[in-house]
Amino acid sequence: MASIMERVTDIVSEQLGVDKDKITAETSFVNDLGADSLDTVELVMELEEEFDINIPDDAAEKIQTVGQAVAFIEQNSRS
Amino acid sequence: MADVNRRIQVDLSGQVALVTGASRGIGKAIAIALGKSGAVVACLARNEEKLKETAAEITAAGGKASIHACDVTNSEAAQAAVDAVVEQHGRLDVVVNNAGITKDTLLPIMSDDDWDQVIAANLRSVFLFSRAAAKVMMRQRSGRIINMSSVSGLVGNPGQSNYSASKAGIIGFTQTVARELAKRKITVNAICPGFIATDMAEALGPAIIDEVKKRIPIQRIGEAHEIADAVLYLASDSASYITGQVITVDGGMTA
Repeated sequence: MASIMERVTDIVSEQLGVDKDKITAETSFVNDLGADSLDTVELVMELEEEFDINIPDDAAEKIQTVGQAVAFIEQNSRS
Repeated sequence: MADVNRRIQVDLSGQVALVTGASRGIGKAIAIALGKSGAVVACLARNEEKLKETAAEITAAGGKASIHACDVTNSEAAQAAVDAVVEQHGRLDVVVNNAGITKDTLLPIMSDDDWDQVIAANLRSVFLFSRAAAKVMMRQRSGRIINMSSVSGLVGNPGQSNYSASKAGIIGFTQTVARELAKRKITVNAICPGFIATDMAEALGPAIIDEVKKRIPIQRIGEAHEIADAVLYLASDSASYITGQVITVDGGMTA
């Protein structure tokens, strides 16, 4: 089973059309990858589906980087 | 009357369409037209028996249909219906938010229920199905949402303050959602039918129908297939650059 970081990287790469090797824990969705509000909504949807979790709006707003997404998933994941 | 052979022909084979309010009237005509164009059609309404008739007509014409009896104003039911369609047919390409009711009466004597039920059936249902469909279509990077508004959403019509509000609301919703989803190659448009020969129109009685005819420059009542043909156009690849728009099909009534 791939690590959470790898699975998140796959999703981010696929959704935002960026090379996986350009994605690190510090990568910011908006500042580094140019994600707009729709991209962000879609990323949250995909992460919720992949990890079978619910990411509330207020939590989603605080997730700015790939590392923060991974941390949230580690704390809330059931799978 | 239009020659059937000269009407629009589109090829929607491989596509999956969902039509709310498919048990009768305009929705039934739309479901059948989509089915004849090759799309698999998920037919939704409350009345399962009537839905079977729509599905049977699609199958008889060589098409494929599934039926999903549900209350389109219920959030869980709407999501469950969309989930079932995607589960059963694998995708969702076209959603026609057509379900609608009237509870006509003048404002001073309009009850809270008259207002709430019309807004729920006509406007809330559009929100519920568009939201559920958008999630599927965003992943697909394609989709067509076609919302049935009305000429009553464009101009006032005494006795229809609830209906007008719901139908004008659909236009605002259509424009905003079109902008939100355009980046994902999802188009969202509205159709405003004028006076079309359906049970809903016939309920008004012959006297009112005659009166309405006088206000229609084309001097006749529209046929349900004339709305269905507009849906086919918006669902087709020919309409790929049209989004957030309102197409009025009313014989010139609002011209």
